[in-house]
Amino acid sequence: MRPFYGTELPNGLMLGTAQYPSPAILQAAFRESGAAVATVSLRREGTGGAGQAFWQMIRDLGVHILPNTAGCHTVKEAVTTAHMAREVFGTPWIKLELIGHTDSLQPDVFQLVEAAKILSEEDFRVFPYTTDDLIVGERLLKAGCEVLMPWGAPIGSGLGLANPYALRSMRAEFPDTPLVVDAGIGLPSHAAAAMEMGFDAVLLNTAVAKAGDPVAMAKAMARAVEAGALAHAADPMEPRDMAEPSTPVIGKAFLS
Amino acid sequence: MIVSLNGEPRSVSGETLAEVLRECGYDGRFATAVNEVFVPAGNRGAQPILDGDRIEVLGAMQGG
Repeated sequence: MRPFYGTELPNGLMLGTAQYPSPAILQAAFRESGAAVATVSLRREGTGGAGQAFWQMIRDLGVHILPNTAGCHTVKEAVTTAHMAREVFGTPWIKLELIGHTDSLQPDVFQLVEAAKILSEEDFRVFPYTTDDLIVGERLLKAGCEVLMPWGAPIGSGLGLANPYALRSMRAEFPDTPLVVDAGIGLPSHAAAAMEMGFDAVLLNTAVAKAGDPVAMAKAMARAVEAGALAHAADPMEPRDMAEPSTPVIGKAFLS
Repeated sequence: MIVSLNGEPRSVSGETLAEVLRECGYDGRFATAVNEVFVPAGNRGAQPILDGDRIEVLGAMQGG
């Protein structure tokens, strides 16, 4: 696996922390899956200390923390949120989300590139949530990003890899860049497919948190990620249109 | 004076952001902005608060 801004991750599973039935189930999902990265967010804090308790729990997971700028619609909002996240979570890593479309939550890639440039110049390690557009990917790298996170499908949709051709093209176009399929993963087979293509990681949340048994699904995702990575490293066979017998024909008895 | 604290009107007497946060009972790990501009923790003591200022206090939260 390619390192993420110099950090080697033990596996390619990045897991969100939202929407779990309880904190205990969230903790168990991380423990049982061994997920390498936890995504987190920032919201208004009351004086009751809800954020403090959550921060303590996340820290105890012992995983890498990737704060996001979820819900931001402007460059200014995203950049300010990134600064606030760096202070709260004590990491320069930032999952840069700049939402451009309300229904699909499609990233506004124009503002994304602009914000990525500003944040990279301010020593953030930007993980941009982007589309599968090659030119946007190129612009993000020029802006200072060393990771790209194209969507598989809209956030929370569980549709899987909507455009495998585009994702394969990204992998081929950016052979040295760590790539993460972020969003749209609904099943372990989707995660395995991304890893089989040579992606370095998948980032998912709803597929686990909203499963009937989130802990079991987290384990399933971890195994799918591992299987997909192993399969990619094993150099899979090329598909063919015609059959070819796998059992040798030579030596077959004449019985007809 | 009246400020907006996380979108709610609040009567405070502190003259700096640090004083207002103390007055409102904030403690622990959080980040702040005044009038949509990030104020690092180290600058809160020097950040004046005026009537009508909009203060945001953000903490850690679940996210995807």
